[in-house]
Amino acid sequence: MFDYDVLIIGAGLAGMRAALSAHQRGADVAVMSKVHPVRSHSNAAQGGVNAALTDRGDQWEEHAFDTVKGSDYLGDQDAIEVMCREAGQEIISLEHMGVIFNRDESGRLGTRAFGGQRQARTFFVADFTGQAMLHVLYEQIMKAGVHVYDEWFVTSLIIEDGECAGAVAMEIRSGKLHVIRAKAVIIAAGGLGRVYEPSTNALICTGDGISLAYRVGAPLMDMEMVQYHPTTLKGSGVLITEGARGEGAYLLNAKGERFMERYAPNMMELASRDVVSRSEQTELNEGRGIDGCVLLDCRHLGEKVIKERLLQIMEIAADFADIDIMKQPIPIRPGMHYQMGGIKTDVNGATPIPGLYAAGECACVSVHGGNRLGANSLLDTVIFGRRSGEAAAERAHQVSHRNVVDSYSLRDEETIKSLLSREGNGDSVAHIRLEMGKAMDQHLGVFRNSEGMETALNQIEQLKERYRKVPVQDKGKVFNTDLIFALELGFMLDCAEAIVVSALERKESRGAQSRLDYPKRDDANWLKHTLLTKTDGGHKIGYLPVVFTQWPPTERKY
Amino acid sequence: MTLQTTLRVSRFNPEEQRSYWQEYTLDVEPQYTVLDALIKIREYEDGSLGLRCSCRSSICGSCAIRINGHATLACKTKLRSLASGGRHVTVEPLGNLPIIKDLVVDMTSHWNKVMAVKPWLQPQGPEPEHEYIAPNETMLHLAGVMSCIMCGACVGDCTVLQVDPNFLGPAALAKAYRFVGDPRDAAGKERLKALNRYGGIWDCTRCYECVQACPKGVAPMERIMALRDKAIEVGFDNTYGARHTIAFGEILEHAGRLDELRLPIKTFGMFNFIQMLQLLPVGLRALMRGKMPPVFHKPIPKAENVRRIFKKMESKR
Ligand SMILES: Cc1cc2nc3c(=O)[nH]c(=O)nc-3n(C[C@H](O)[C@H](O)[C@H](O)COP(=O)(O)OP(=O)(O)OC[C@H]3O[C@@H](n4cnc5c(N)ncnc54)[C@H](O)[C@@H]3O)c2cc1C
Ligand code: SF4
Ligand code: SF4
Ligand code: FES
Repeated sequence: MFDYDVLIIGAGLAGMRAALSAHQRGADVAVMSKVHPVRSHSNAAQGGVNAALTDRGDQWEEHAFDTVKGSDYLGDQDAIEVMCREAGQEIISLEHMGVIFNRDESGRLGTRAFGGQRQARTFFVADFTGQAMLHVLYEQIMKAGVHVYDEWFVTSLIIEDGECAGAVAMEIRSGKLHVIRAKAVIIAAGGLGRVYEPSTNALICTGDGISLAYRVGAPLMDMEMVQYHPTTLKGSGVLITEGARGEGAYLLNAKGERFMERYAPNMMELASRDVVSRSEQTELNEGRGIDGCVLLDCRHLGEKVIKERLLQIMEIAADFADIDIMKQPIPIRPGMHYQMGGIKTDVNGATPIPGLYAAGECACVSVHGGNRLGANSLLDTVIFGRRSGEAAAERAHQVSHRNVVDSYSLRDEETIKSLLSREGNGDSVAHIRLEMGKAMDQHLGVFRNSEGMETALNQIEQLKERYRKVPVQDKGKVFNTDLIFALELGFMLDCAEAIVVSALERKESRGAQSRLDYPKRDDANWLKHTLLTKTDGGHKIGYLPVVFTQWPPTERKY
Repeated sequence: MTLQTTLRVSRFNPEEQRSYWQEYTLDVEPQYTVLDALIKIREYEDGSLGLRCSCRSSICGSCAIRINGHATLACKTKLRSLASGGRHVTVEPLGNLPIIKDLVVDMTSHWNKVMAVKPWLQPQGPEPEHEYIAPNETMLHLAGVMSCIMCGACVGDCTVLQVDPNFLGPAALAKAYRFVGDPRDAAGKERLKALNRYGGIWDCTRCYECVQACPKGVAPMERIMALRDKAIEVGFDNTYGARHTIAFGEILEHAGRLDELRLPIKTFGMFNFIQMLQLLPVGLRALMRGKMPPVFHKPIPKAENVRRIFKKMESKR
């Protein structure tokens, strides 16, 4: 057994930022991650990170309003205020830690334009902002001497007297289970993209953290709010950053029209993501696509801009679609990208379970509401990562360890034994996941209706049944990824169910949820969050009012 | 249209301590990468195949392996670009690192070496209220080095690491360069001093393998050469390493090719027995792996041409 003040599950941006701040507050911190920290999915963020810097003529209130509007008025305005007010200082701290950031002629940090915002306030490092930030945070936790357990897979949380007291985890290299006792646990385990097929997310984004918390009774908020990104590459579904449109790329349909003129005459390609994705899907549904895609045209941007700012896009288009973006437009379509909902927390990352905190994509504070603005997620990870680290360290100074013993790992050992002992029955983890992913994409994508969602719910039930019998081929102990996938599939099925149940519950269209059977936003009945809690027999749905501070809901036009 | 490919995969079962080759033949889509094929095998054919992967878009650095003998990212390598004339594609784990299982290697030494260069910004004095002011070109240049994803492909193909595991290696040295070149960092001189030691910048043989292997254009060797220039600039030239460089030049000028056996003698001096003895293990390992240079070094036939190049370079200075 290991003992720490603060245990952090996940070493992406949220997890490492939390580790750093908890360490700075004097806590003994461990970070645990199923992959090496620099392999975390935060790497993939190409576009940048938002902040309104006053000395650049921008105001945090402006950023906050854009975020509120982007959220379709479902974001909690107190949390949005915190995030936008602290953003500027956070960017400067990151720069001081060593993040390189592109600069302007005077050598100060430069910005680019991003969707849904009236100001260019996105700070960036070429087109690998996430990677640049992630590697620097890893440098900082190395410098601080934080204990890192890489390639450790957390299998469950430990609850003692209603409080979170640690976690059980498997060291992937040996296959051994361990108990880690902690006075506070922060879940920073990232998103759940793999619940959908296709998705822009990495193979490790399997919603583990969301499910871990849900299983011990922490409520999940607004799980129906799943973002489809407007520009994912044909075929592989790889993301083409919004930075491309920020730099001025056009969206064209089969007839060569800039169709956004019809849907968002002011903001055009840079309207909010839900708006652009719906517009594209409408073009496709009405027959103005090519092979199920519309086109993203970068040709007029010129070699200099492309090479300096969109290099990775150029490589991705060449590698994955044989496209030279200087000469050809890129075939793209909306694709699953981000989970706005997640483990319900307050602005300090605290969940309703004492000792349990969450931050990053797996958490729902909620700052994104019904739709996240591009480049607000990286900001969310560092701001609320830092705050949860501080709060967890505070708690660790006040409470003592609970009585936790090594036998806490027995239940997970049994689960694993049972998975490994099953004989082949022709079914496989990969088949179940693929069927789940396709069902989610088909019925819980850009447009939804109750019939389709009921079908999906039935399918998920059946897949859960099959999951109870699915065999694991690899019987070894060392680095058994086959076993890990099986455990991850269990987490993903929980998430899938939570999404469908919440989406069926919300009988209106708002943000990412666009229901053909309830096509209008319904402020009279639905200016509230959905809250899903696991119960002994199943689950129960509840609601929470949205917090308003200074921006009353109005019609949303771009 | 699908095409049929055969992958010949090097496997290692850690439980039985058994190594073997296994062939998988499968139908793939034309745009498939080696990683797509390996994932397909793992998902639908053989769940026991061990490999690391995550992003599928050359950014997480998980999937570096050896394909047809060269280190690269599996997710960046199109099968179409390899499988010519029905030949098999061979897939092996990275070199220079211990194997844990199948294609999964133990990267501990790699991470430790990165750690050894103190890879964090060390500014001096109080932090400014706003950001540090720095020229965009300098920062863009650094960003090019910062785009290293720590995949270890360069480490896997480095020829010095094959014979001397103490060499810091291309990835860690490129990382060191990123700080030495950063105008915000104040520890440049100490960094260079540390890199000036055995295992540091002078131990690279400029074989170019790391430049070829790197999937992100980091060109580690060129960073190492830039570090050497900087080291000499700040006066770290009176070391074995710097003398090695000077000796390297002299021998090349004389013989038109490198004489690895004369090099240490020139570097350390003929009678520096202690230093020479320290080189013995390196020599022995080289011998065992068939990498010992010939004892009788003949100048190459047109050595005078090489000499002419040197003359020309001198006159241009
Ligand atoms: C292609 C792409 C581009 C994006 N671009 C942008 C952008 O430009 N701007 C922006 O703001 N946002 C962007 N986003 C969103 C943003 O990158 C993510 O939301 C954010 O990085 C999530 O960070 P995180 O720290 O919450 O999680 P992650 O970085 O995903 O980290 C999760 C961590 O949890 C660990 N973990 C998970 N499960 C377990 C387990 N069971 N046991 C142990 N460890 C576990 C993982 O190993 C990992 O270390 C993008 C997302 C994608 C997919
Ligand atoms: S150039 Fe130097 S660092 Fe690069 S592979 Fe060769 S010996 Fe190693
Ligand atoms: S320098 Fe290149 S090959 Fe080496 S670790 Fe970095 S990205 Fe990989
Ligand atoms: S899978 Fe991430 S680099 Fe290849």
